Amino acid sequence: MRLTVKDSEKCVGCQSCMFACSRLKGEGGLARSSIQVMSIGGMERGFTVIVCRACPDPPCARVCPTEALTPREGGGVELDIAKCIGCGYCKNACIIGAIFWDEEINKPVVCRHCGYCAKYCPHEVLKLEEWGEKKNAPKR
Amino acid sequence: MLQKDNLINILYIDLSQKKYWIEKRSDLFEKYLGGVGVAIQILKEECSVGIDPLAPENPIILAVGPLTGLFPLASKTVALFKSPHTGNLGESHCGGRSAIALRLTGYGAIVIKGASTSPIYLAIHNGQVYFRDASALWGMTSSYTVGRIIRQNEPATGLRTIMRIGGAGEKLISYAGVTTETYRHFGRLGLGAVFGSKKLKGIVISGKHSIPLLDKQQYRKIYDHIYKEAVSSPVMKKYHDLGTAENTSPLNELGGLPTRNLQTARFEGVKNISGENLAEGYLGRRLACAHCPVGCIHIAALREPYEDELYFYKTSMISYDYEPIYALGSMLGIAKPEGLLKLIDQIEKVGLDAMSTGVILAWATEAQEKKIISEKETGGIQFSWGDYITYIKAVQFILEQPNQFFKDLSQGVEYAAQKYGGYEFALSFSGNEMAGYHTGPAAHIGFLVGTRHSHLDNAGYSIDQKVLTQQRVKPEALAKMILEEEYWRQILSSLVICFFARGIYTPEVCLEALHNAGYDLSKEELINKGKEIHLEKYRFKVQEGFSLDNYRLPERIFDTPSLIGKIEKDYLKKVIEAVKSEIFSEQKDKKNFELK
Repeated sequence: MRLTVKDSEKCVGCQSCMFACSRLKGEGGLARSSIQVMSIGGMERGFTVIVCRACPDPPCARVCPTEALTPREGGGVELDIAKCIGCGYCKNACIIGAIFWDEEINKPVVCRHCGYCAKYCPHEVLKLEEWGEKKNAPKR
Repeated sequence: MLQKDNLINILYIDLSQKKYWIEKRSDLFEKYLGGVGVAIQILKEECSVGIDPLAPENPIILAVGPLTGLFPLASKTVALFKSPHTGNLGESHCGGRSAIALRLTGYGAIVIKGASTSPIYLAIHNGQVYFRDASALWGMTSSYTVGRIIRQNEPATGLRTIMRIGGAGEKLISYAGVTTETYRHFGRLGLGAVFGSKKLKGIVISGKHSIPLLDKQQYRKIYDHIYKEAVSSPVMKKYHDLGTAENTSPLNELGGLPTRNLQTARFEGVKNISGENLAEGYLGRRLACAHCPVGCIHIAALREPYEDELYFYKTSMISYDYEPIYALGSMLGIAKPEGLLKLIDQIEKVGLDAMSTGVILAWATEAQEKKIISEKETGGIQFSWGDYITYIKAVQFILEQPNQFFKDLSQGVEYAAQKYGGYEFALSFSGNEMAGYHTGPAAHIGFLVGTRHSHLDNAGYSIDQKVLTQQRVKPEALAKMILEEEYWRQILSSLVICFFARGIYTPEVCLEALHNAGYDLSKEELINKGKEIHLEKYRFKVQEGFSLDNYRLPERIFDTPSLIGKIEKDYLKKVIEAVKSEIFSEQKDKKNFELK
């Protein structure tokens, strides 16, 4: 399963998804949220949602020198935080900006595609969906 | 409260010395929660008796609360200062991203003191303060442009608030506001002029700290309850769908919509400027404040052709709400939606308070109609109800002040009427222009006795509609109802919860949410805190010269029937008397209430 942005035009910028991600980690605020909403140059023009799109061959994992980030089955990455040295290569390799940074411990924050945030989107901007081969597989 | 929570950190910034420091004030946050409760204590510490509101000594205090960043709709920032408009307590609340940014940059409050000699703006990123030169921004009258430049110049897109003033704040107009995120405001009582007096063009704040909590399971449970209520309960529906503009038609139907300077309380053109019509014809986008799933902010898209060149259009995105619809629509007799939107846009651009501006222009129109003023004073301007082109021009004149008359208008309706006459139809309470409710006695008493003379202090308009339409109430009983609502609202303003969520944040819900932020209080303790905070605000007001012995009620409110009929002056006075004795009898140390 992967998280997708269905229609960012319906996003009102409420940040409920961002706070949901933090809440899942047992805290308030936004230090360890792995999704972000930002305006596309003034709120009147609407918003864009930045979140990991589960690349099949993730560049962030390719540049990780310690194998802390490894490709995840079905796309995206998994983080072994003990192996991470906080070099920030992954962050630079992700051109959509979906590797977030935990300034409090100087390590990356990556989306696990759990879909918790989507449950708190009041306008169904976000959706958790089947992905890759599974998506095209005939329904049983 | 929780030990690790950086809510207790107060950031002090001295603009004169260009320095900043942090003080830990768990004493204040423990006792008064946050928001207005904490801010009034800081105001007492920082604002000496009788100072000039535009002097460097006037502090600006911005405060959030323990639930900010933890729970939805705890999405407002409280600003406290001495108001240049009333010369008394200045309090204004703002949403946008202001509250979340302030809390997550690592502070519970920010105190701005002194004044800069040259224009600056402040950038506060992850708790660090940067003084930025704003010479290139000074003299820029459009708050839109100022916001755009700061946006391009600063990091942290998506996580920041950008507070700024337009030309009105620089010109020290006493009802200039501060705009954040283009469409939200510290609108009332002149915070914009206080910014201007400090040569402070703007403040950008960003951060993404974590906030500790007590119990993960309980946190999610209470969060889910609040969230669900916010997105699906019928009480919140009106804010989702049509926004606050939904009030316009029903209030008119009941006969409580101030029209043409409250010469009547029904507007024949209401259909055109109703929430329904604006949504159908113009709604271009809906927005939300940070950490609020409701999304009550409604933005109209107005497409206009250029007259001088074919196939050139401009599309303006203009935020509308009930209050500007009242103040700049019905109050000025404007029934044309395009005209109303253009006038709102002009006021948004220069950074004035929409309510005060509308009431002032309404007074000017009636004064000219009654020949109290003529084109001699106005410099050739002929006001007439519904003529939005002239009103747009007049707003520009309030900003530019080309003659004495517009200089006088820039000081509010009370000031102008004192000078020119027409006092009986100058619709202000203690110097603050009225809000859009001519519902009955409770609304007007509420404006007068409320600590910021706002309809939001105690929602008198709601008591009129829910109680006084049904039955007559003894003066003492009405006084109690008004005060009890205002006491409770001090808690909401300390946490700081958006008042639209007052139906969700019952005392029980507040207590559960507070438990997770490390506060364990009984319901009684919580309610008493509200009363105490209210009293503290009143102490400040009395110290600065406010009195319930010496007040003015505009005659007009008694002439025009409200939705519950004509308002009886004697009754009103009795209620005010009862409010006075209720507030002051509770007070042991009466000396604090004696006038200087």
